[in-house]
Amino acid sequence: MAADVAGARRTPWVLLSPSLATISLLLIIPMMFIVVYSFWLRTATGADQVGFYLDNWIEVLGDRFYRDILFQTFAIAFYTTVICALVGYIPAYFVANTPMKSKTFLLLMLMLPFWISYIIRTMSWINILGTSGALNTLMISLGIIDEPIQMLYNQTTVILGLVHYLLPFMILNVYVSLDGIDKNLTEAAKSLGCTGWQAFREVTLPLSFPGLAAGSLLCFVLAAGTYITPIVLGGPRDAMFANLVFEAIVTQLNWPLGSALSLVLLALLGALVVIYTRYLGVDQIAKSFK
Amino acid sequence: MDETKRYERLLTRLKDGDINRRTFLTVLGAAGVTAGITGGPMGMLTRNALAATPEQVRFDGWGGVVSEAFEKYAFAPYTEKTGIKVVSGTFGGADEYIARVKAGQPGEFNLAHLSGVFDYARYHGLELTSELNEANIPNLKNVIPGLIEPLRKITGGTISAVPYDYGTTGIAYNRKYISDDEAKAKGAKLMVDEAYKGKIGGWGEWKTRVWYGALQSDQDPNAIKDIDAVWDMIRAHRDLALKYWSSGAELMSLLAEEEIYVTEGWSGRIKALQDQGHDIGYHDPKGGLGWQECLFVLRGSPMAACEELLNFMLEPEVAIAVAEGQSYPPALDPQKVELGKVIPTLPAFDPSGTLKELSFFDPAYWNENEADWSKTFSRVQRGY
Repeated sequence: MAADVAGARRTPWVLLSPSLATISLLLIIPMMFIVVYSFWLRTATGADQVGFYLDNWIEVLGDRFYRDILFQTFAIAFYTTVICALVGYIPAYFVANTPMKSKTFLLLMLMLPFWISYIIRTMSWINILGTSGALNTLMISLGIIDEPIQMLYNQTTVILGLVHYLLPFMILNVYVSLDGIDKNLTEAAKSLGCTGWQAFREVTLPLSFPGLAAGSLLCFVLAAGTYITPIVLGGPRDAMFANLVFEAIVTQLNWPLGSALSLVLLALLGALVVIYTRYLGVDQIAKSFK
Repeated sequence: MDETKRYERLLTRLKDGDINRRTFLTVLGAAGVTAGITGGPMGMLTRNALAATPEQVRFDGWGGVVSEAFEKYAFAPYTEKTGIKVVSGTFGGADEYIARVKAGQPGEFNLAHLSGVFDYARYHGLELTSELNEANIPNLKNVIPGLIEPLRKITGGTISAVPYDYGTTGIAYNRKYISDDEAKAKGAKLMVDEAYKGKIGGWGEWKTRVWYGALQSDQDPNAIKDIDAVWDMIRAHRDLALKYWSSGAELMSLLAEEEIYVTEGWSGRIKALQDQGHDIGYHDPKGGLGWQECLFVLRGSPMAACEELLNFMLEPEVAIAVAEGQSYPPALDPQKVELGKVIPTLPAFDPSGTLKELSFFDPAYWNENEADWSKTFSRVQRGY
């Protein structure tokens, strides 16, 4: 009897063990390495000085430079998320309310960008917005402008590139949420006197909010962690926090400082997720995936 | 500590009876598990074992036309002759490569086409240098002595690399908008000329920015007296620039598409643009930046196979073919080797073989300031 109870208690752990082992090996242990690294120091030759030093943390937490870039990063991520939400809701709504046969095709179209490398997609904007790009060429040939307009290499193009990258994530999340809404609810609202717009505002929009929230969280976190887009589409000043991590680790060969920087970004984004779930509830966000 | 020696010591302790077989296997097993996570000592042993009888060596270079030239004129014939395959990889910059090497294991990376003396010193500082047996590289005698000596100074008389080519980072400009006379008259200051605001580019690498900042503030880049004046010039350039480019391909694209009219550029890449028919001028200003590139052999590599490849690559026919392919003059001494008709037409070519007209990074000076200046540049670039 006692053996049966012990066995029953053990079973969940046995079943969980592959997942726990994978998470430990691929996430927790590497993360611990990064934590340890952040307390080391970089020597003049670029080699690491092993020990327990708080210098990197004092620098990262006390230097205004890092705070400013962090603020700039979150601002860019916020604008990107808002644009994705505004622009992404419409196609998601359209797909969710399309007959099933067309829906499959439209969903396939949504997936298509994932088949092309993110870098290639980002670089495609150079051919579109460049001084010899498609847009300038078209406007000159139509006589709208005489000289090419400089559109590339600024913060706007960085946000544009991020929206291009993240929009499918938003659309898919909102779509899943919209698709799960019982259509009878909207019909019921209309039968009770709502206009189409009122039915959308009072019924559809609130019920699709979990998808919108999940999509926004995903877009914000992914945007805040990117570094390729500012390199390809940004000007000399345009940088995000991940660029500083890249520079510390690759250019300056300062892995300890880079580790401290990456942990700061991780902690802040982690805190955001915690706050998000605290006020919205994990179950609400998870609804969009059901 | 050398991990191989650590295992040898463990084995010795087993043989001496200091530890029993069970303890030996336990320690080895634990190391194996750790290696599965970290790629640590066990992975290193595996690679060292592979390196002893190589079927292949790994070569990393800059990509683009340079790698194409290596592939076509050097690696394919070498493999045909020796049966040893050359696995070719690319990197976007020396910093990126050194980070990869640091994260890897000895023997994982073998040869690399690195920028000359500055990076050579960095690799030596990180204890990544090897010791070439020069007797196995007879073609080394044809190399310009002035390119070998700086390497010897750093590694105490031995070398871990052979010089392979050289070039300059001069001023490239679109002749449609900037005349040759204007480029020559303004020199490095052309890149802080407000008349070209929004049409100026620059390499987003701290060393080049500091070097040109020194020239623009009328200082010797190898003996900067007023570093604040240099940062001011870098700020001025930053505010006028449209884009910092990060690769040769991006440099060529920005100039060819007329996104920018002026930037500093690598002589070989600008020659490639000119050969494609673009009307791009190139000027090495007074005190302009020269550099050499070397074929570097990393510690833990299969030395005999690498030395054989180096000797093969220094064969005049191979070195000249590669040089013509990548548009950089070879490190072969024109006083000792007949370089043909094309090489003397390449930008930065020095027929005397002394390279006295070019200025190079002083490795001791630049390495001493590397940590401080690279970090400061990161801030200045972002508006500080």
